[in-house]
Amino acid sequence: MPGKLKVKIVAGRHLPVMDRASDLTDAFVEVKFGNTTFKTDVYLKSLNPQWNSEWFKFEVDDEDLQDEPLQITVLDHDTYSANDAIGKVYIDIDPLLYSEAATVISGWFPIYDTIHGIRGEINVVVKVDLFNDLNRFRQSSCGVKFFCTTSIPKCYRAIIIHGFVEELVVNEDPEYQWIDRIRTPRASNEARQRLISLMSGELQRKIGLKVLEMRGNAVVGYLQCFDLEGESGLVVRAIGTACTLDKLSSPAAFLPACNSPSKEMKEIPFNEDPNPNTHSSGPSTPLKNQTYSFSPSKSYSRQSSSSDTDLSLTPKTGMGSGSAGKEGGPFKALLRQQTQSALEQREFPFFTLTAFPPGFLVHVGGVVSARSVKLLDRIHNPDEPETRDAWWAEIRQEIKSHAKALGCHAVVGYSESTSICEEVCILSASGTAAVLNPRFLQDGSVEGCLEQRLEENLPVGCGFCHIPYDELNMPFPAHLTYCYNCRKQKVPDVLFTTIDLPTDATVIGKGCLIQARLCRLKKKAQAEANATAISNLLPFMEYEVHTQLMNKLKLKGMNALFGLRIQITVGENMLMGLASATGVYLAALPTPGGIQIAGKTPNDGSYEQHISHMQKKINDTIAKNKELYEINPPEISEEIIGSPIPEPRQRSRLLRSQSESSDEVTELDLSHGKKDAFVLEIDDTDAMEDVHSLLTDVPPPSGFYSCNTEIMPGINNWTSEIQMFTSVRVIRLSSLNLTNQALNKNFNDLCENLLKSLYFKLRSMIPCCLCHVNFTVSLPEDELIQVTVTAVAITFDKNQALQTTKTHVEKSLQRASTDNEELLQFPLELCSDSLPSHPFPPAKEHLESASSNSGIPAAQRDRCSNWIELIKLKAQTIRRGSIKTTVTVEKASPMGEGNFRNRSAPPCANSTVGVVKMTPLSFIPGAKITKYLGIINMFFIRETTSLREEGGVSGFLHAFIAEVFAMVRAHVAALGGNAVVSYIMKQCVFMENPNKNQAQCLINVSGDAVVFVRESELEVVSAQQPTANCQPSCTGGEVTT
Amino acid sequence: MTSELDIFVGNTTLIDEDVYRLWLDGYSVSDAVSLRVRSGILEQTGATAAVLQSDTMDHYRTFHMLERLLHAPPKLLHQLIFQIPPSRQALLIERYYAFDEAFVREVLGKKLSKGTKKDLDDISTKTGITLKSCRRQFDNFKRVFKVVEEMRGSLVDNIQQHFLLSDRLARDYAAIVFFANNRFETGKKKLQYLSLGDFAFCAELMIQNWTLGAVGEAPTDPDSQVDDMDVDLDKEFLQDLKELKMLVADKDLLDLHKSLVCTALRGKLGVFSEMEANFKNLSRGLVNVAAKLTHNKDVRDLFVDLVEKFVEPCRSDHWPLNDVRLFLNQYSASVHSLDGFRHQALWDRYMGTLRGCLLRLYHD
Repeated sequence: MPGKLKVKIVAGRHLPVMDRASDLTDAFVEVKFGNTTFKTDVYLKSLNPQWNSEWFKFEVDDEDLQDEPLQITVLDHDTYSANDAIGKVYIDIDPLLYSEAATVISGWFPIYDTIHGIRGEINVVVKVDLFNDLNRFRQSSCGVKFFCTTSIPKCYRAIIIHGFVEELVVNEDPEYQWIDRIRTPRASNEARQRLISLMSGELQRKIGLKVLEMRGNAVVGYLQCFDLEGESGLVVRAIGTACTLDKLSSPAAFLPACNSPSKEMKEIPFNEDPNPNTHSSGPSTPLKNQTYSFSPSKSYSRQSSSSDTDLSLTPKTGMGSGSAGKEGGPFKALLRQQTQSALEQREFPFFTLTAFPPGFLVHVGGVVSARSVKLLDRIHNPDEPETRDAWWAEIRQEIKSHAKALGCHAVVGYSESTSICEEVCILSASGTAAVLNPRFLQDGSVEGCLEQRLEENLPVGCGFCHIPYDELNMPFPAHLTYCYNCRKQKVPDVLFTTIDLPTDATVIGKGCLIQARLCRLKKKAQAEANATAISNLLPFMEYEVHTQLMNKLKLKGMNALFGLRIQITVGENMLMGLASATGVYLAALPTPGGIQIAGKTPNDGSYEQHISHMQKKINDTIAKNKELYEINPPEISEEIIGSPIPEPRQRSRLLRSQSESSDEVTELDLSHGKKDAFVLEIDDTDAMEDVHSLLTDVPPPSGFYSCNTEIMPGINNWTSEIQMFTSVRVIRLSSLNLTNQALNKNFNDLCENLLKSLYFKLRSMIPCCLCHVNFTVSLPEDELIQVTVTAVAITFDKNQALQTTKTHVEKSLQRASTDNEELLQFPLELCSDSLPSHPFPPAKEHLESASSNSGIPAAQRDRCSNWIELIKLKAQTIRRGSIKTTVTVEKASPMGEGNFRNRSAPPCANSTVGVVKMTPLSFIPGAKITKYLGIINMFFIRETTSLREEGGVSGFLHAFIAEVFAMVRAHVAALGGNAVVSYIMKQCVFMENPNKNQAQCLINVSGDAVVFVRESELEVVSAQQPTANCQPSCTGGEVTT
Repeated sequence: MTSELDIFVGNTTLIDEDVYRLWLDGYSVSDAVSLRVRSGILEQTGATAAVLQSDTMDHYRTFHMLERLLHAPPKLLHQLIFQIPPSRQALLIERYYAFDEAFVREVLGKKLSKGTKKDLDDISTKTGITLKSCRRQFDNFKRVFKVVEEMRGSLVDNIQQHFLLSDRLARDYAAIVFFANNRFETGKKKLQYLSLGDFAFCAELMIQNWTLGAVGEAPTDPDSQVDDMDVDLDKEFLQDLKELKMLVADKDLLDLHKSLVCTALRGKLGVFSEMEANFKNLSRGLVNVAAKLTHNKDVRDLFVDLVEKFVEPCRSDHWPLNDVRLFLNQYSASVHSLDGFRHQALWDRYMGTLRGCLLRLYHD
């Protein structure tokens, strides 16, 4: 009996009138956990009952504690008939299960009913007494921390990053069970909410177990999604990155960075690969023939042949062991060998993180993505979700092999998604192929300072741009030049990634949001025919999306995309593609060439004129954009805008399909010949449309910037005002004009108008930047397109914002160093499997000094010349890393706790309802996050049978989203927090039936509940508490400098 | 392409003051949009009409959802659904309960019943205020009235506590409630020159002096606790006012009173002769008003009577305000020197308030 859950029901307020006669309510409360239920007394005739109940105590397994939500039901007592339910509150008690998070949940929770929405509030206090670990072979994973944040959380330091964890659980969807025909919508909704809550809990527990197996203590970049597969069931799946984190809370945690001489060895890294996918071990399970498995990737991927071999072989040492670059060559090969050998132990060397400490990323290869179309069938045995697992395993394998083709051994910024329509499901995965720094393999605490010193010699901000693949054996045709920054290594002319802009990257000017939007009609079809049709369309869509992105990027005068997210949505009769990314000008990459327009029939005079007119417009736009985004790269002789077209090429279907290889980095097919000229041939209406759409994208009004990454390159002086919002639009297409062109235009207008509306609404915040702009598209019905946007508007100081180009390099340097201090030790535990557990003599210093003396460019400082030394060092580091965890955690936590409690008091003290900030970013400008209280993962269903009365679909959804925000805020406040960071609305499924006056909506949101302290308050606090002030705030550094 | 659904929800609820005003003024979305277009906002922001339409719709929806909470302002403070900074909450409430002078003059003193509500159509046509806005204002009056009607304690305090209004607005509401409860006639043509401010001023004086709450902190009679403290006039007091009648009924007393006043004011009034000539009429008027207050009907006509019996005669003789003040002061004070008159305290309670009211009512 490892846990005692205690619940007290204090009071209610603003209850609805349940008795028309008296205009009052006789309310009581049922408290349920697992199968145990307690009841309060009935509080007669009041809308503000004061129950002040005793402590209800549940004695439960910690396994249940993790899986089950606490369910609180408020009812109206009725003597003669059945008691009427007023509403429910589900409380996830997970945050109480790990020591550093919340200790009590206490506060006002909105009472929620799936039919009526929020109906009053209830004040509840929840506590958990955990009896510490009795059983080693337990099924629970209490104590593993979860973070939605896709970087190392601000008040932690990563000791080890273990790698990818994933899990999925399936169940029947209660909405589709036979019993649903006879029960009320309310009962059905509640069954669904409860089931998903349970499944999320179970999923989290299972992932936690995997993390414990890997000897980690946390999951970062945790992303949980559910797939409503309809008849075939309900899938809840999650991915994340297992880490060992150490809390940065006491000075003790900082000092050892440079001078902690020795530490006890308490823990030896476990020599065991977690192998998370045991049940999906082979692609050829007998189950496979049950599924009709389409693998469109094979048909259009040029790498398919090589990836097939890659899959079966134990990977060879790199793609090309030949000379790549200058002295970088041998290093590169070695490096590859190193990292590879380490990463190969792991089934999937994936990382869901999008931001890393400086130096962690060595090279970025480009975007890798894979999609697969599957036919859903009933999940026969929920306990063995083999097919779904196999599907994902297949896709991950493909990603892995794509990364390999790019000469990379890891995939960062990795994410997975699905799009379901009827019985067809598109599974997608994407990430950025990367080479990670082997320095992090053996980096111990001792070397931290040395490394940092060395880093200063390094040309900052270009290393990650250097190609990881072999020049002679390029995976795709690319135009390489020497890096414009260091002039030593080769770089591609354009770089696409799914990660955030590395903090040390040198960027010229500001960035901007770039979107590619695309619709393709598709015939309605059933089952296999439908799936085939979709898989045939997919490659074309991917290609066009990439072309659009490329064109728009060039039009902006930029050369790199970050945070790229391509969403392909399947509907009954169409496919939609929406790609969003943040374009920037990387100083290391060459200046992008202009866009040349070429006509197919050059003899016609007026046509020529038209073309030249267009050309001029395009050139003007590019020039204007350069000015707008302040892109003034140092003058370089090669730069020619609008050089002659190499040779007119027919833009044929053939060409297109050839270049489908683009599921990695498509950019280059069109600019194959000459780098400076990007040729756009408007020989058909299709292409005309492309050009038009290029030119119709209006830049945001002055004072506004937008990006879909965490921070906007070129803006550093954020002020503290933030406004997170969600906007949803649904348009109905008139079925008459359903051509691809009309469809594209509609979709484009929809997105553009939505953005315009946002700019207008937020005009009072100017100057401001929309950050983390996240678009999702869904096709709820035949002629409906739904676009959901969540973003945060942050104001910034205009005066400082103007002086960008010069200062921002300094700033990024500053920030880099701040980050360094925090993340000084960031070893990546890559190869624990192969490690002997006995000690090695420390040899790192010697090695380091050798490399620094030998005049090897700093860029290669980490590429060691001796294989064996590396291995030795690795062993050392990992041991140290582990030790560090134990030591600092023990030292730090009590003091830290004390501090935080003191600090968290002021924000809520003075107002009736404490303000809770919400943001999709991992930080709060002008403030410092002092504590993570746990993950918020909530799922709500709302249904109405009186749609008109509730203000139509808009009124209904508006109210529901406002309610969801309210419930998130209430939960955070009850945990003692004052903000949610990394907030994301993962799903917003809206269905309407206006004829029946009905609508239903499902929303799934998540984020990290935190306590933050304003910079200004922090100074006061740290003056009072000198122990707390030695940590330079990371976000604060950016904001205030 | 038609927009089926179009919403924007901020973590902090966006409130556009201009749109809020348009909403309060009862404009439809399309009217509001065209008014906004006329304000030149499109040129300022470079937005399109469609954007404006969508934005206006959003705000209207938000206000519509907030309206329920605005009906009980403390709820707005404690609710969790809309995160609104306190200053904005105060603005929302204050503006929601604000009213149009023109409208309030139409309904002041009327019973806040369904019957009156039916007349709102006419009021709307007459005042040019949209029917929607009239309804809101009327419902506000009624709501405040219902809540504080039966409450003990200071009317203004009660209103402030339950509706979180500013001091000024709460005082106005107190007057409105007081007038509605006592059904003072304010709509007669001869009263048209009076503003809400005039009435509110009188109401405040009457609440302070003529209601049950004015007598003392704790009424000893257990029955009196049931009575409203601030809203109803003190019935006993009104009954007692009959005693004042002797001031005009008793000829000697009246003459003595006149001579006292005349002696004191001789040479000080510009309109002395007119005063001297009119003294008995004026005095009779003022005392008779008091004596009649036992009947509810006559209570309602209080202001009509005051204007007819005092304001109008004085105005026709072109009394300057200062002379009116001097006269009233002397008129009230002289009674203390009338030995045969025993109801000095009663007189002071009556005349003290009446003097204040008359001075306020005496203008063009």
